[in-house]
Amino acid sequence: MIRRARAATVAAVLALTPGLAGAAWAQNLTMAVGAQVTSLDPHYHALSPNFAVATMLFDTLTRLDENARLQPGLAESWKPVEPTIWEFKLRPGVKFHNGNDFAAEDVAFTVDRVPNVPNSPSSYGIYTRAIERVELVDPLTVRFHTRAPYPLLPTDLAQVAMLDRQTHENATTEGFNAGTLAIGTGPFRYVSFRSGDRLELQRNDDYWGEKPHWEKVSYRILANDASRTAALLAGDVDFIDQVPTSDLNNLRRSDRVHLAERDGLRIIFLALDHQHPEGSPLITDAQGRKLSVNPLRDMRVRRALSLAIDRPAIAARVMEGTAKPSGQFLPTSAFGAIPDLEAPATDAEAAKKLLAEAGYPDGFRITLSGPNDRYINDSRIIQAIGQMWTRIGVRTTVDAQPWTTFVARAGRFELSAFLVGWSSSSGEASNPLRSLVATYDRDKGFGTSNRGRYSNPAMDAKLEEALRELDDGRREALLRDATRMAMEDVGIIPIHLQKNVWAMRPTLTHNSRTDELTRAQDVRPAASN
Amino acid sequence: MSVYLLRRLLQSALVMLAMSVIVFVGVYAIGDPVEILISPDADQMERERAIQALGLDLPLWQQYLSFLANALRGDLGRSFVFNEPALQLILQRMPATLELAFGAMFLALLVGLPLGLYAGLKPNSTGSKVIMAGSILGFSLPTFWVGLMLIMVFAVQLGWLPSTGRGPTVEVLGLRWSFLTWDGLRHLAMPALNLALFKISLVIRLTRAGVRETMLMDYVKFARAKGLTNNRVTYVHVFKNILIPVVTVVGLELGSTIAFSVVTESVFAWPGMGKLIIDSINVLDRPVIVAYLMIIVLMFITINLVVDLAYSALDPRVRLENK
Repeated sequence: MIRRARAATVAAVLALTPGLAGAAWAQNLTMAVGAQVTSLDPHYHALSPNFAVATMLFDTLTRLDENARLQPGLAESWKPVEPTIWEFKLRPGVKFHNGNDFAAEDVAFTVDRVPNVPNSPSSYGIYTRAIERVELVDPLTVRFHTRAPYPLLPTDLAQVAMLDRQTHENATTEGFNAGTLAIGTGPFRYVSFRSGDRLELQRNDDYWGEKPHWEKVSYRILANDASRTAALLAGDVDFIDQVPTSDLNNLRRSDRVHLAERDGLRIIFLALDHQHPEGSPLITDAQGRKLSVNPLRDMRVRRALSLAIDRPAIAARVMEGTAKPSGQFLPTSAFGAIPDLEAPATDAEAAKKLLAEAGYPDGFRITLSGPNDRYINDSRIIQAIGQMWTRIGVRTTVDAQPWTTFVARAGRFELSAFLVGWSSSSGEASNPLRSLVATYDRDKGFGTSNRGRYSNPAMDAKLEEALRELDDGRREALLRDATRMAMEDVGIIPIHLQKNVWAMRPTLTHNSRTDELTRAQDVRPAASN
Repeated sequence: MSVYLLRRLLQSALVMLAMSVIVFVGVYAIGDPVEILISPDADQMERERAIQALGLDLPLWQQYLSFLANALRGDLGRSFVFNEPALQLILQRMPATLELAFGAMFLALLVGLPLGLYAGLKPNSTGSKVIMAGSILGFSLPTFWVGLMLIMVFAVQLGWLPSTGRGPTVEVLGLRWSFLTWDGLRHLAMPALNLALFKISLVIRLTRAGVRETMLMDYVKFARAKGLTNNRVTYVHVFKNILIPVVTVVGLELGSTIAFSVVTESVFAWPGMGKLIIDSINVLDRPVIVAYLMIIVLMFITINLVVDLAYSALDPRVRLENK
């Protein structure tokens, strides 16, 4: 009785305090995210904000946990029964929001639909492409036949939301966006969606897994950084993601806000031009004359450029502590990462010596390019690196552009050195190796984002071997070897791994995910007292 | 008259055609939408599939011709990002922008007219000096900064108003409006004020100039000589006459407010057309950009036409048959 009275007083006081009143007491949660959700169709546009929403409404057979390790989802277990056949046992008793049962035929239907969504600007078909056909063994067992041994299938399927054959036969993207087809097995049900504004959700009380705490969730899109922070401070929302680094120091001191920080999977790195042997487009010698060779093709030069970068300084000053210097693609704990490979220590003297050895005692001139609207503090990072390079005699001009124009120029090989980022959606090492440093090869699907066209045939061979190896232990060893080869050769220059920061009312906690997804089921009230 | 109208319509069609060509070439020159939309995980085959799915594998002139052919049938294409008809996307966002623009215009007149009148009638008083100085601030302070300051003061510090977003909506005539609910009005207040500041200053200055000019006119002197009360002279004789230029300018301002309230909509996360166009430009969603600009061109052409027709109706000396 007394306790209730006290709670009432506290509630009354809080109701009078601007910024704290409201939702924390009810089972309602209002979240604001910075990135646009473009569709509720879970197979229309492969983009992480869309996938975050998909994992609230739908489920996948396997799922990545907060550490990006594979866990059971709608499938309880899976194993290769033959080198080219994976068998998945489905979870019994799972129901869609409309009461339909989830069964093996739904899996077959989903795999069939994924690559065939009309007008998709980026299809989830890349995650089902390895599957040649789906065999239904019984209602709760499916077998995926692949063309070649494919160890990554369970990882790939963590991206594929399962639909209901009956409900989603001939489903259109518009049907999902209108809500009539936004029916999954996920922890939340659809209530309403206003594109570019907000998504309203309701708890699925029949959820098979751990039920989310929130009865109602309002998932708002607030793209402007300052407005998003202001909305949290004003108490209009309970939770925000992508906290701008410029606000961090104030928020860390504030007792009205609780922050959750988590090392992410996004590596920020410099790609270097390996494409042009007879001189790179934006490099000249120290006097500004054209060079007949491309210095970046010399490993000593690449190593010098890497040694010149003071990564801890960038992490501390430019990133306000929200970055972790790195010497490889992934956090050391990830599958296929090298546990003892740290970021190279800064050594300007050694860098100068290497440059002299390579035949550039006076250095050279280079333009370092990058986007100015894509990654956290992207243009400030390249400015800092430009100064560090100039210090070892490589006179650097910095050129930051909007992503739209930057990426077009990078695609036309007009740049010499440029900053890009990469988030490993699978959380393991084959993904960045294959996309960023493997030799460009259309038929193998290698080197798709290898915009500098780095090539190391020995590493390619290791990677290909790893991609066929079904044994996890042996595969991890192969991936580590491949990573070490790419890093020792300085195919790219890793700078740091981004940390992601979420901010919320002090009454909440967040089970922050390393893959940046912001989802309502990861937010809970802080342990009550 | 009909010849004139016909010629105007023809001119309008040409302007819209030119606009669509410029946008097509411009977006093509900036870059490739697929580079921006596609998942980084996609391989080369998937990239080719996406390029084909969006029709970007054809030469530019062919893409343009098929756009034209569809446009003549009233189909302005589907958004690359949302996979919904571009026109429908824009029309869905239009009520939000319209209520913001009309809200801002209403505020501009409500605040600007009385202050301008006061400043015009008592030009040397301290009050009107303060008003005129204030109107300079209204002209020169950047909108995004004022917007953020409004949020800091009224939402974060005082907690009177919600910081961002649009309130609950009510469906009237098939469209969703938020100004009919109390919470909706509270959400509307700050963005509308932010958008109105510039226009308030404009109305103040126009009104003041008009009043000062009119007060010296013979008919005002005559009205006073007739012994009419001060109020009657001000509110009937002066006010009516200064209203004509004010209404003209406000009408034209309305057009640009509807088209270009981008900054305010971004700062306040107002889900209107301005925010849509900025988001679309960031991802090079060409169908939406083209459709939006064509709608805006159409709107300006219509407003100008209406103004011209109104002039000819009001002033017999204006002959539309002449050039």
